[in-house]
Amino acid sequence: MAGIFRRPVLAIGLVITLSLVAVALLSLVWTPSLPSKMNIVQRLKPPLGPGGLLGTDQFGRDVMSMLMVGAWNSLSTSFLAVALGATVGSAIGVLVAMKRGWLELITMRGCDIIFAVPPILSAMMLGAFLGSGRFTAVIAIAVFMVPVFARLTLAAAKQIWARDYVMAAIGIGRSNGRITLVHILPNISNQIIVQVAIQLGLAILTEAGLSFLGLGMPPPAPTWGRMLADSQTFFAQAPWLAILPGLAIALAVLGLNMLGDGLRDVLDPRTRT
Amino acid sequence: MQNGISWGALGAAISRRGVMALALAAGVSFAAPYAQAAPKTAVTIGMAVEPGGLDPTIGAQVMIGQVTWQNVFEGLTTIDKDGKVQPQLAESWDVAPDGKTYTFKLRDGVKFHNGVAFDSSVAKFTLDRARGADSVNPQKRYFTSIDTIETPDASTLVLKLKHPTGSLLYWLGWPAAVMVEPSTAAENKSNPVGTGPFTFGSWAKGVKVDLKKSADYWNKQVSVKLETASFRFINDPQGQSAALTAGDVDAFPEFGAPELVSSFEGSDKLATVIGNTELKVVAGMNNARKPFSDKKVRQALMMAVDRAMVVEGAWSGLGTPIGSHYTPNDRGYKDLTGVYPYDAEKAKALLAEAGYPDGFSFTIKAPQMAYAQRSSQILQALFAEIGVTMDIQTTEFPAKWVADVLKAADYDMTIVAHAEPMDIDIYARDPYYFNYKNPAFNEVLEKVEATADPAEQDKLYGEAQTILADDVPALFLFVMPKLGIWDKKLKGLWENEPIPSNVLTEVHWEE
Repeated sequence: MAGIFRRPVLAIGLVITLSLVAVALLSLVWTPSLPSKMNIVQRLKPPLGPGGLLGTDQFGRDVMSMLMVGAWNSLSTSFLAVALGATVGSAIGVLVAMKRGWLELITMRGCDIIFAVPPILSAMMLGAFLGSGRFTAVIAIAVFMVPVFARLTLAAAKQIWARDYVMAAIGIGRSNGRITLVHILPNISNQIIVQVAIQLGLAILTEAGLSFLGLGMPPPAPTWGRMLADSQTFFAQAPWLAILPGLAIALAVLGLNMLGDGLRDVLDPRTRT
Repeated sequence: MQNGISWGALGAAISRRGVMALALAAGVSFAAPYAQAAPKTAVTIGMAVEPGGLDPTIGAQVMIGQVTWQNVFEGLTTIDKDGKVQPQLAESWDVAPDGKTYTFKLRDGVKFHNGVAFDSSVAKFTLDRARGADSVNPQKRYFTSIDTIETPDASTLVLKLKHPTGSLLYWLGWPAAVMVEPSTAAENKSNPVGTGPFTFGSWAKGVKVDLKKSADYWNKQVSVKLETASFRFINDPQGQSAALTAGDVDAFPEFGAPELVSSFEGSDKLATVIGNTELKVVAGMNNARKPFSDKKVRQALMMAVDRAMVVEGAWSGLGTPIGSHYTPNDRGYKDLTGVYPYDAEKAKALLAEAGYPDGFSFTIKAPQMAYAQRSSQILQALFAEIGVTMDIQTTEFPAKWVADVLKAADYDMTIVAHAEPMDIDIYARDPYYFNYKNPAFNEVLEKVEATADPAEQDKLYGEAQTILADDVPALFLFVMPKLGIWDKKLKGLWENEPIPSNVLTEVHWEE
């Protein structure tokens, strides 16, 4: 365990991610003020002034409170989406690895089709279909996570299926399902965990993109993406309205990417570069 | 323009060797004492939203008129920049003492852009088309009082009315009442043919509409200086600002973001002209749907709204609060913002009285425009104070909003700026998306049309405003100013907007 902190990338990634999670969790019980509370008299006040530590937005809302709740909204949506995508995708992956044949062909081409459409575009189509909201965002992001995990687990599981001990298990008449549970999944779980961390960063970016386009959680729930979108026309007067949520998004993505890279170095030594 | 073309061609043809010669030539021509740049004769006007068609007689979108009215199409009468009725294709008229017979003397020598002459048969065709049973004219009810149309000769048009209609001449000046040529009427949507100073050039969907100067415009009293004019559509205020700064657009008569206006202050290229409009931002409620069918609920919601806060938060304080569906520029205006002033405690009490002590939930269908989105968010916060939960659902304007709200009236609350002048009568229309029914109100508006006395009309308009302020069929919020940003050398654009328009007749570049 102590070895982890000899890896700076992993350590930094872990610290950033854990701090964000802490802020997000804190927002559930405490924020400096109510994030939806408007105070027009105090609108567009700069940071470190009477408007609070991080200033106020065009409605006089406290930016720090909005960022904190935004962290929760962004992280929880992304976690849910990745959890859903990873579960479904991995399940498909191991199942197909077990059956092979035409099922593998169909799955792989299905993945290709989903990959061919840019994720933000498919998310927008879903958003138009389901209406905007957290549910839409979760589904939209999960949809393009599924093929990522399906491919990864399929490729990894195929390698394990070719191992001698799996052959032996087949030889003594173990059922395919049991082999998958006992031998395949435990041996590919590291790769899935690494991929989860990497995809989380992507999910946060996509969630912010959807919110930016008005397809994320509807107001008054603050989201980083919408804060960024709303700040555009105020940039000359109140640059902090763009810089702060932008920094939050960048930090979250950076932290999760570093965490993912660090985890890969530790857990998946074969792909180490 | 000719100058522009040749320079462009030269620029494209420049080779490395040619640069020197060109630079010399340019230097010489600028130095020559008599050489004078030809005056600029092209203009590009920016608009936020693209119209869905170009025929103002079949579509309700004000953007249609903002491109075509007075530029391509003209009416029997017109409305000038002060909002006054002026003769146009009708040279003069005579109203019988009983107010039921209007005799128009039509102008001779007026031709449509396709060469067809304008005469009384065309006028009759236009009005019959607008008032006919299968008419889709957005202001169809304005023509319902016409009983018969007679054309004793080519230059005389006689309208016999069922009852006196005091606003008829004003309505005939509207974009929806412009004269259309029978053989092109069906095609005007995509290829408008009118009598105006500009002919339709081309329409690059999603980008721009090009107009060209008409070769033989009938009105010799005006000299149209522009050879070409383009309307470019830029939805995003940042893009609007960038296009103005870069000179891609010469004017944005209705600039989209008040918070960006201050960035043009002190510019030596661009002028900021803030004028009046008829843009009334109102949050319409579905008066046929619970709980909005209860007057007390509507009044309580009105009292929950701090109009000053809405103006400040949504439009950077550039706007005037209103208490009814009427603007301070309109005749007979009454300030009724004090009827239900902001008072959250009273609002709560009234809501409890109406049977909603714990509030209720509903959805607002808010179009994507900044004013609508921001106002909705402020309303959401204000309603939360009295225990009412409002969900915001963003809807696309115009197409989806027109289909869901305006036509199908499938909504709880919505918010939109009503652009038409003196359109208080929309609350008397049946059906109209508010689903508001009040016979007493309809009666007052009928009386307005029955009299020809302006003072009496103004008084009646006051009564109509008061009824609405008390009944609150919609939450009356504020009037938007016209945020005009345009090149300082560009002259002749209207400062105020008595009717939604971009009249280019007098637009020209100062030398």
